[in-house]
Amino acid sequence: MAIDTLPHANGVIGAVVPRIDGPLKTTGTARYAVDHDFPGLVHAVAVQSTIGKGRIRSLDTSAAEAAPGVLLVLHHGNLHGAYRLFPHVQEGTISEARPPFDDDKIYYWGQYIALVVAETLEQARAGAAAIRVEYDAETPDVRTDLSEGFTGQRESSWRRGDPDKALATAPIVVDETYSTPTETHNPMEMHGTVAVWQGDRVTLYECSQGVVNHRMVMAQVLGIPVENVRVVSRFIGSGFGGKLFPWPQSTLAAVAARQLNRPVKLSVDRRMMFTGVGHRPRTQQRIRLGATPDGKLTAIRHDFYTETSINDDFVEHCGEQTPFLYSCPNLEVSTAMVRRNVGAPAPMRGPGAVPGLFALESAMDELAIKLNMDPLELRLKNDAERDEGTNKPFSSRHLKECYLTGAEKIGWKQRTPQVGSMKRDGKVIGWGLAGASWAAARIPCTATVELTTRGRVAVRCATQDIGTGTYTIFAQVMQARTGVSMDRIDVFLGDTSLPEGPTSGGSMATSAVLPAATNAVNQAVDRLLHIATLVSDSPFKGAKAESLALSEGRIHAKDRPASSGVAFEDVLRMANLSGITGEGKTNPSWEDPKAREYSLHSFGAHFAEVEWEPEIARIRVSRIFSIFDCGRIINKGAGANQILGAAVMGVGMALFEETVHDPRTGQPINGSFADYLVATSADLPDLDVTFLDYPDYIVNEYGARGIGEIGMAGVAPAITAAVYHATGVRVRNLPIRIEDLLQSKIREA
Amino acid sequence: MQTFQYVKASGIEKALASGGSGKFIAGGTTLVDLMKLSVETPSTLVDINPLPLNKIEKLPNGGLRIGAMVRNSDLAWNEDVQKSYAVLSQALLSGASPQLRNMATTGGNLMQRTRCAYFREPSAGIPGGYGCNKRTPGTGCAAMDGYNRVHAILGTSDHCIATHPSDMCVAMAALEAVIHVEGPKGKRTIAFEDFHKLPGDTPQIENALEPGELITHVDLPKPVDGARSVYLKLRDRASYEFALASAAVVVHVEGGHVRYARVAMGGVGTKPWRSHEAEHALTGKPADAHAFRAAAEAALAKAKPRQDNGFKVELAKRCIVRSLKLATA
Repeated sequence: MAIDTLPHANGVIGAVVPRIDGPLKTTGTARYAVDHDFPGLVHAVAVQSTIGKGRIRSLDTSAAEAAPGVLLVLHHGNLHGAYRLFPHVQEGTISEARPPFDDDKIYYWGQYIALVVAETLEQARAGAAAIRVEYDAETPDVRTDLSEGFTGQRESSWRRGDPDKALATAPIVVDETYSTPTETHNPMEMHGTVAVWQGDRVTLYECSQGVVNHRMVMAQVLGIPVENVRVVSRFIGSGFGGKLFPWPQSTLAAVAARQLNRPVKLSVDRRMMFTGVGHRPRTQQRIRLGATPDGKLTAIRHDFYTETSINDDFVEHCGEQTPFLYSCPNLEVSTAMVRRNVGAPAPMRGPGAVPGLFALESAMDELAIKLNMDPLELRLKNDAERDEGTNKPFSSRHLKECYLTGAEKIGWKQRTPQVGSMKRDGKVIGWGLAGASWAAARIPCTATVELTTRGRVAVRCATQDIGTGTYTIFAQVMQARTGVSMDRIDVFLGDTSLPEGPTSGGSMATSAVLPAATNAVNQAVDRLLHIATLVSDSPFKGAKAESLALSEGRIHAKDRPASSGVAFEDVLRMANLSGITGEGKTNPSWEDPKAREYSLHSFGAHFAEVEWEPEIARIRVSRIFSIFDCGRIINKGAGANQILGAAVMGVGMALFEETVHDPRTGQPINGSFADYLVATSADLPDLDVTFLDYPDYIVNEYGARGIGEIGMAGVAPAITAAVYHATGVRVRNLPIRIEDLLQSKIREA
Repeated sequence: MQTFQYVKASGIEKALASGGSGKFIAGGTTLVDLMKLSVETPSTLVDINPLPLNKIEKLPNGGLRIGAMVRNSDLAWNEDVQKSYAVLSQALLSGASPQLRNMATTGGNLMQRTRCAYFREPSAGIPGGYGCNKRTPGTGCAAMDGYNRVHAILGTSDHCIATHPSDMCVAMAALEAVIHVEGPKGKRTIAFEDFHKLPGDTPQIENALEPGELITHVDLPKPVDGARSVYLKLRDRASYEFALASAAVVVHVEGGHVRYARVAMGGVGTKPWRSHEAEHALTGKPADAHAFRAAAEAALAKAKPRQDNGFKVELAKRCIVRSLKLATA
């Protein structure tokens, strides 16, 4: 364990701190986007295309318009005032480039083709069902082999040395192709928007991972000044990346509400979650590794296809970790973006790294087997001490320690490498491991802090808490600096009327908000102490501000206990001040000359154990040890929760998740919670999380990096490695299926 | 969902009087789901929850009478069921989720409809939608050449390959239950095996009920002396998923030989699949791996897989072998 001193921390930083928003959520009193209701609110229901490609020949809305309660029917023939976001403008990212109802063309199954607004939800649904559409349908392209029909340019990156020559001469070569399927975000809270206009100003109640970006985009889309848009996302039932950027339902709700001059609510149902609100796109990755007979990597080629929609350029950056995870002189990554008739993809937990490391780490496992070498030893032998991609030192990398710690925990020394050689309780067991990495950065943030005469501390920032614990992180920083108890700290997030804060994505929120919150509270406290020396009734009048401290919410002389001092609100009253404020900013790491000298990344390793019953081809993941090097963990409760949740998603990715498109219509045919399988509680292994907890002071003064994404990387390859160890079946196309396992030559435990 | 009339049936007579014009609703775990998808569009729902059919009683002949309104949870945890019909309890507890089992009823489970994704598609069987002979006879079967990983390999026809989804019914098939119904023409009984219909060229007809007939209870025969029973369900995940293959077996072994065997399968048939072939292959044979495998081969001899469900043939065989092994261990 690391030993460190933290400049601004007392006990609350780094402890297990219960989430301050927990009671609101567990009692059902937290209001999510579509929980908002207003007088006169009406309901919208979207109609989706039932073809995957073609055009609308005719759209008969007469029955819908005549249906009881129906107020408005929008479609490509009558929708106005939904503008295209100008591409390449840095401010604002949208998910689906084409504005809804832009024309009569259909690009994917489930594309919105009409919107029915009615007094009640039931009336809107009935109206939507009454719309008659005729299509000129074509066969959509949803081919799962991404090499088919690729006509674009493959883009090369990170090339160093001469990988082709090195591969041609390498004594040992692994050359395999791995694929990951379309995976659909399925947060408990589905997307939805409530749009409320007052004159030419609109408030959008959203479930957004980035309210500031959402406002920027919607101002352009609606053609109104940015200051006329307010976006509110106070509570979010998780996002996993799917809620990073606005989706068409936001536009449709706002446009309908403007036209009707009434608040409009539009919900995306579970079935629609599989079409128009993003997914992790399919990938197909060829990995070539060259090595010496004693296991030193000589070449890596990582050439992949990544699927995207017809109109949106989205790349799942599978090769992002490849240039620096291992030390290797010859390397190249190449990307091919392949278009299919599917909705726009979106980032999903650990985008790029999760599928990319499935391929790279699977290939490493295959190389170890080919070398007759322990896969752990192969990792240690090729560990990179420097980022060979950017040729910079790592700010803080302890991947080797992750591996060694995990090996100790699972008892790796007892592992016998032969397939099917380990048994327990009448079952075969298999062990596998894989590494993980994710980029760290510090992104801009502004926060304000107010110390009030009611003895409360209020902190404000237009970032949002997507369920990860951001509310609590702010409160921890406030408590650490002021000593005010948690129940007297108010955190206001998720509203663009607050000081501008970062998007909750890329595992960057925590490292972004910490400096801003700290600077803000420091400024407020400095001002407070200064005022304490000026006010006539103050016991500290005439003292030097530097000699004073604020702890337990009391101003006191630094050399005396807090109990000797005065509650800060009393000093504010003496000064006849309603409160005192401070503002803090976080400067981005890319503007920090020191941070720019380093490669900023988190690291980790998973060790997975599977139990295998050959007679019935049943595989279950029984244990996962996750060891992570993510800098200083600010809240060990919320932090562990992130890694645990990510491991659960990793189990789903390895064993269950796949969105299947019908080849004739392009419809995601398993678009329900019964048919699209995610892990249930009964599928969960024993999970064990370890944080190495080395602070990374290059990233920020707390030494904290992010932890949301990285936990999912490496789970699937650790499991497929364990499955190979138990069954002898190498699964290169996820998910692992009974079909694959039935091929095992081991028929009895 | 279409609008509908709602009638609460206070007694069986009232239910039967209203039954002809509508659909009976018990737990609603299938029906309401399908109404939301516009697959079921009843003009009237006759709520039979008040009917006095929620008892489990021992019969004078040693059997067990299960009221049609007995909830799956209550049936699964019933002492007599657990003791004498373990296969039924295990089957019930392997299905759905606790919440669903608390609602779902015995009669309703007999009426459970397929999870075929094409059948459940709102637009199936209407012009422009997927072909579905079960929804609209003559429109074809989209599953035949679509994504059919979960579809049936036994009892299929050129018109339908939809799998019967129930676990409970598989156990009842092996237990040779008898279904009691009451209708406009009076009371009658239906042998379990005759209740569910093969799709043939009329996949829209799923069971032997006449219009307006109501299931009142299910009788289980006296437990077979010395027999043991097992339900084994194989699927991708550990909970809340329909079977890819399941087996319900009731076996009595004496002197190392199989004296009595009943074998039924789930997840592979267009109806709860009783395998007389497997039973013949077992009866009189030594209770060993060889006989079990022979029974499994016999059970699947007529399997007709499609593009995505070929693996079910081997999986179902292994399911039978393992469940026989467990029941005779």
